Amino acid sequence: MGKIKLLQGNEACAEGALYAGCTFFGGYPITPSTEVAEYMAKRLPQIGGAFLQMEDEIAAMAAVIGGALAGKKALTATSGPGFSLKQENIGFAALTEIPCVIVNVMRGGPSTGVPTGPGQSDIMQCRWGTHGDHPVICLTPAYVQEIFSETVRAFNLAEKYRTPVIIAFDEIVGHMRERIEIPDPGVLPVQDRTKPTCPPSEYLPYDESKGDVPPMANFFEGYRYHVTGLNHGSDGFPVNASPRIHTDELRLLRKVESNRADIVRFEEYLLEDAEVAVFAYGISGRSAKTAVEAARKAGIKAGLFRPLTIWPFPEAQVAALSARVKGIVVPELSLGQIILEVDRCAKGRCRIEGIYRVDGDPINPAQILAKVKEAN
Amino acid sequence: MAFQYDRYIRGGKLPHIWCPGCTYGIVFKSLLRVVDTLAISKDDIALVSGIGCASRLPGYVDFNTLHTTHGRALGFATGIKMARPDKHVMVVSGDGDATAIGGNHFIHACRRNIDITVLVFNNYIYGMTGGQYSPTTPSGHMASTMPYGNVDPSFNIPELAKGAGASFVARGTAYHAAGLDKLLIEAIRHKGLSVVEIINACPTTHGRRNKFKSPTDMLLWMKDTFMPVAAFEKLPPEKTAGKFPIGVLYRKEGLPEYCETYYGLVERLKRQREGRV
Ligand SMILES: Cc1ncc(C[n+]2csc(CCOP(=O)(O)OP(=O)(O)O)c2C)c(N)n1
Ligand code: SF4
Ligand SMILES: [Mg+2]
Repeated sequence: MGKIKLLQGNEACAEGALYAGCTFFGGYPITPSTEVAEYMAKRLPQIGGAFLQMEDEIAAMAAVIGGALAGKKALTATSGPGFSLKQENIGFAALTEIPCVIVNVMRGGPSTGVPTGPGQSDIMQCRWGTHGDHPVICLTPAYVQEIFSETVRAFNLAEKYRTPVIIAFDEIVGHMRERIEIPDPGVLPVQDRTKPTCPPSEYLPYDESKGDVPPMANFFEGYRYHVTGLNHGSDGFPVNASPRIHTDELRLLRKVESNRADIVRFEEYLLEDAEVAVFAYGISGRSAKTAVEAARKAGIKAGLFRPLTIWPFPEAQVAALSARVKGIVVPELSLGQIILEVDRCAKGRCRIEGIYRVDGDPINPAQILAKVKEAN
Repeated sequence: MAFQYDRYIRGGKLPHIWCPGCTYGIVFKSLLRVVDTLAISKDDIALVSGIGCASRLPGYVDFNTLHTTHGRALGFATGIKMARPDKHVMVVSGDGDATAIGGNHFIHACRRNIDITVLVFNNYIYGMTGGQYSPTTPSGHMASTMPYGNVDPSFNIPELAKGAGASFVARGTAYHAAGLDKLLIEAIRHKGLSVVEIINACPTTHGRRNKFKSPTDMLLWMKDTFMPVAAFEKLPPEKTAGKFPIGVLYRKEGLPEYCETYYGLVERLKRQREGRV
């Protein structure tokens, strides 16, 4: 029997990180993510872990990558403006294949925007925020319990695939308090990076012949190697104008693409016989669930597709869904971002209707219900 | 017997990218001699850099090496040091890397007094990108983005480091290479944040535009311009114009080191939990 707690989403995120074995946090305060840092600031010194409040988010992201390379499971948490500042080093972690977890508690607006209001308008930034082609895993939990378990999963995926993993949830679930159960250690699987077993003289940190995810040595463990943000060969040293650059970047994408079955997670609710589907994540997914139930009461066959993994996008699932329903309603706290992906995968097979809202309030079930009726 | 540099240089990684006449190689060799003198195991050093010609140095050395993003080396290094306070963490940076784009990280690392050795290769220019002015380019000097002479006031790196709280600040030059070995040894031994500014010459993008006929002229300029701090301090003020001191410029022992303070707190909490306080 685990521990029952009343926790905020942000606190559950910190608890999830600790459960997964995170012993390193680097951050910079920003609403509405700050409670993640505050919780870690209290807990990490108690367990001998490292907590760092850096001078800005750029340094925080850098410190997290440094901590991870020195063998720790490392976390950072931020919101919009800070997420923008982290982008360059997120790309560094992706190219150098250093596992780490970045939480983006989404607030509203571009720039300083609406610091205390919810948003879902960084979702494309989660995918494309850092320059260049790069792999991304991004999880979108909607409940406090789910924030806990998805944070554990985020660390597992980061370690397993040697890549940064982003967790994006909105201000409402970040600040909402719900009863959660923290399972006993060992109940949820916890994964660690695969380390090399070869002698150091034979170690190649980016050896594609070892599979798409080559084993990772931590610094100071006898495997002295080079890490660079330049495109590099299997030995980690820069290469220029080499076919290897192309094949290596393909390998990075393949780490995620060819493991969709393992990475992509979602909830399907009342979808079996649905004629109208709602595609929604985070707080909008919660409103959508209520709306779908109301639609059913009104005699409309509505169902919900709620992605827990938003990147890689659940392409095959949305494609299949679009072939079965008359329409897909996409409520999101943005002016139309994730709908572009739904539309891309539906390929015109059904109607796609968006509901957009960026005024600092969530989309309520009534709004969604009205659109569901329209799409029916 | 001559010093065996190849014990520390990664096989097959030379030739380096530096231009003929660049003085970075002199500093590179000094660093290898110093690590050898201090008998630090190669496994126990992380050498971290940002971006620039100077920042390419770690690639050639057989340590744990990390070539990061422009200006951010100290952020990465701070993470590594906090994760493994028992290891040696060193940073190699350029004048632009450390004091322009990385200026904020530089002053905050100094303020924390975390036990990292920072070597700032000051060649007064952005070498890698082709000679744009940096925060240390002297006033009036020509740079590709100051084609009429530099109007941007410059930083004095040791003063900046001292003001920000570094507990060990030194300056050396590529010309005074033997003295540089001694400075690096002291800097690495020092507990806390140590900054060593190392004056370097970039004949390709700085010297060429500023009336230095050859790399040798730039080394001779170092010889004439920099003098040991003890001698410098004896000069009457009117004679110090255009001269700069080298050596250990500031040192404060016994200041709390960041990791020690942090992990001291961890220990205190542990004792409290165990009821031993
Ligand atoms: C974010 C970012 N901005 C700009 C650059 C381009 N850039 C590469 S090296 C460099 C200047 C390096 O100058 P310095 O730190 O003095 O090193 P040096 O080459 O002189 O050794 C710049 C501006 C970059 N790589 N990244
Ligand atoms: S450009 Fe200047 S700093 Fe860079 S390698 Fe050449 S001489 Fe050295
Ligand atoms: Mg320079």
